[in-house]
Amino acid sequence: MHHIISIKELETEEINALLNKAEKISKEGFVRRTLEDKLVALLFFEPSTRTRMSFSAALSRLGGDVITVDSVEGSSISKGETLADTIRVVSSYVDAIVLRHPKEGAARLASNFSTVPVINAGDGAGQHPSQTLLDLYTIRENMPLDNIDVGLLGDLRYGRTSHSLSYALSNYNVRIHTIAPKGLEMPAALNEELIERGIELVHHDNLQDVINELDVLYVTRIQRERFPDSASYARVAYSYRITPEILNNVRENLILMHPLPRAGEIDPAVDSLPYAKYFRQAENGVPVRMAMLEEVIL
Amino acid sequence: MNVKKEPEGGLLISPIRDGTVIDHITGGEALVVLRILGITGTTDESLSVATNVESRISGSKDIVKISNRELSKEEVDRIALLAPEATINIIRDYRVFEKMKVEIPKSVTGFVRCPNPGCITNSNEPVESSFETKRGKLQCIYCDAIISENIAEYII
Ligand SMILES: Nc1ncnc2c1ncn2[C@@H]1O[C@H](COP(=O)(O)OP(=O)(O)O)[C@@H](O)[C@H]1O
Ligand SMILES: [Zn+2]
Repeated sequence: MHHIISIKELETEEINALLNKAEKISKEGFVRRTLEDKLVALLFFEPSTRTRMSFSAALSRLGGDVITVDSVEGSSISKGETLADTIRVVSSYVDAIVLRHPKEGAARLASNFSTVPVINAGDGAGQHPSQTLLDLYTIRENMPLDNIDVGLLGDLRYGRTSHSLSYALSNYNVRIHTIAPKGLEMPAALNEELIERGIELVHHDNLQDVINELDVLYVTRIQRERFPDSASYARVAYSYRITPEILNNVRENLILMHPLPRAGEIDPAVDSLPYAKYFRQAENGVPVRMAMLEEVIL
Repeated sequence: MNVKKEPEGGLLISPIRDGTVIDHITGGEALVVLRILGITGTTDESLSVATNVESRISGSKDIVKISNRELSKEEVDRIALLAPEATINIIRDYRVFEKMKVEIPKSVTGFVRCPNPGCITNSNEPVESSFETKRGKLQCIYCDAIISENIAEYII
């Protein structure tokens, strides 16, 4: 049985196969009814709009049906049932489970108890492989994943999307540039792991130093809570904001990405520039999740 | 009776007839090793402990001798996390009957707590903690949290 729990477990060939499948699905205009008699449970124990809707959309476009829990309140979870028991029961109803849970490692636990494939749709501050795959997909849609410079901007200490993406990029020939506020730098253990996996890693103090040498700039949120006071937060947020001016001399093929939702990180005036790919990135969630669902169910 | 000559700790600790000698414990870690083994003042093994004994190889080391208890492989593995250089000598009738070099296990299940409070293994789920070891560090297989130092603090 094939679960998708963490991007770390996927070999480069498996990632490429998923991306190829998503690309094919997208090219064919989403007409594909491969999961017509299949039923999938969306178990979301944490609020989510995008991920949940795009998994639903993906499944509907494949002709499958969704069953779901409307809210955690009133369900067995609030009555103290363990996730293990919930999974044991629900997996007897369906052909696959898509799980979002606030605890890290929840999806792996679920895969231990499930009789059907489990797809991790985000576990707390942990893994979120469908996000990482759609990020890779978006880069690959614009340029080959080979000999490129990718900048990661924002809270690289706590930001799980940047962690997973950087790990996934270590399957390819990519240079990673990190640009993070003081105190929110990438964790040392991850740095080590990336270097060990052969990634060239360059840290920068400010965006201006590197922005003109990038092919991809991946922007993430910097949360107010990480700062002692509003003034220091405002200073950092300001110096990391993407505006049309800062993009004056960038590479022509630069793409700007963001996992969304954004707060103030990207000036809306940037949206109409050719670099802006974050809405396309969100859109790519559907073919990528279609590919994942097909992969685990068929 | 042929008591083996003890070059280092011999003056400090008397011979035992049957039991286990844990030698070459990282200096100062002997008491933690005992805690991991579940040997406290309330259990009835008789033991002697020598700490910070001078060692030819490693500067200073600790030695623990436990009478009438032979350590199992699993117990030995627990020790390896803290004292990777330790040797385990099973003593029978005053002689070293078997000598084991401790080996850091590839994975560690059940007796180390994940340091991440948000980890599913720290909830009421029916699951044991589980770690992979990488160069003396432990990584939770559920949440990827890493324990790189003070492993003793996380031993359940
Ligand atoms: N009968 C015994 N009682 C107590 N300690 C012993 C006994 N026999 C050996 N030892 C101790 O066990 C350890 C291993 O013994 P041995 O194999 O002779 O030495 P080494 O490992 O230094 O070559 C040493 O610390 C030694 O002092
Ligand atoms: Zn954990």
